[in-house]
Amino acid sequence: MASLRDIQTRITSTKKTKQITNAMQMVSASKLNKAEQNAVSFIPYSEKLQEIVSHIANSADEDAHPMLVHREVKKTAYFVITSDRGLAGPFNSGILRKVYRMIQEKHQSPAEYTIIVVGRIGRDFFKQRKMPIANEIIGLSDQPVFSDIQDLTYETVQLFIDEEIDELNIVYNHYHNAISQEVISKKILPLTDVHENKEHVADSMYEFEPSEKEILQTLLPQYAESLIYGALLDSKASEHASRMTAMRSATDNANELIDDLSLQYNRARQAAITQEISEIVGGAAAQE
Amino acid sequence: MKTLTVSVVTPDGPILEDSFEMVSCKAESGELGVLPNHIPLVAPLVISAVRLKRAGDTVRVAISGGFIEVSDNKVTILAQSAEKPGDIDVQRARKAKERAERRLKAKQDDIDFRRAEYALKRALNRLDVVEKR
Repeated sequence: MASLRDIQTRITSTKKTKQITNAMQMVSASKLNKAEQNAVSFIPYSEKLQEIVSHIANSADEDAHPMLVHREVKKTAYFVITSDRGLAGPFNSGILRKVYRMIQEKHQSPAEYTIIVVGRIGRDFFKQRKMPIANEIIGLSDQPVFSDIQDLTYETVQLFIDEEIDELNIVYNHYHNAISQEVISKKILPLTDVHENKEHVADSMYEFEPSEKEILQTLLPQYAESLIYGALLDSKASEHASRMTAMRSATDNANELIDDLSLQYNRARQAAITQEISEIVGGAAAQE
Repeated sequence: MKTLTVSVVTPDGPILEDSFEMVSCKAESGELGVLPNHIPLVAPLVISAVRLKRAGDTVRVAISGGFIEVSDNKVTILAQSAEKPGDIDVQRARKAKERAERRLKAKQDDIDFRRAEYALKRALNRLDVVEKR
């Protein structure tokens, strides 16, 4: 049996770890709160943009703009959102596993795909496996603003416009609520879902200045960029939620461990006392 | 007098929501003024200052990468960034301006050139809005 002192040391160190995980949980909880607010303040922009886009796209021709048209897919891009730091439970591993599997299934050679990655963990993962990375961004703040990733989204959409890539998929953790997040992959480019909302067509007709086509030219890239930004905000909320859950269960585990160890400690102490008494009694009996 | 309900929205949240009597802005096809009872309209805006006017008061907002949408006396300005004069970081804008000018002088490949040009436009626009408030 471990000595009293050994057990005492383990209890103290577990208590210290618990303090840290507990603090991290609370930090993540407040960051999650903020991330949720950010996601909420993005909604008016994205909704309005979507409304205008579907309105114009519906009244325009199917092939009014290259971003609406399916072309033969020679190169697929994956936009993968991970975090910079670990300790977030299955947040990163889930997403990387999914992307890795998708790529293994669909592509024979690295020439057929490219990866755009957000976050240090994802970047290191793909680098280690020598997979092609077209673009990356690391060190993003916990509460990103649009200007932080504007360059990245612009360049990504530009890749599609320049026909470097023929398809853009985005893979990220979707935030359901504080305890459930889900890895999802969505096709962003070519834009396919803009024709779905047909009910807007009946609305009042707009006058377009200068013309529908030219508006699409500037509107669609912005729309695609906003979709990417929306996914990023969603992913940030998931990251904080995931980290919060991971830290909570770490704290719970520490508590359990401390209970077990305290029990062991008390037993060992009791055993030592009993032994001491029996030694004294034995000694006294021997003297008689 | 009739008024327009104006809201300026960016990806980082709504910047401003209030009623005004006139909106004037710079669209890609030229200067554009919107008064109440305007027909529904959508137009892309260039990097510029949007002027929102009401009795004895003009609010200027620096915007970049934006659209104006008018319908039913509601004006929505969607922009990738929008700032009121009080929210503009003058120091940052000045630095951005210097940086962009340096890059433009250096003349590297096309993409950098275009980006520097945009950055310069944005910085000049911000400084302009701050000075004229």
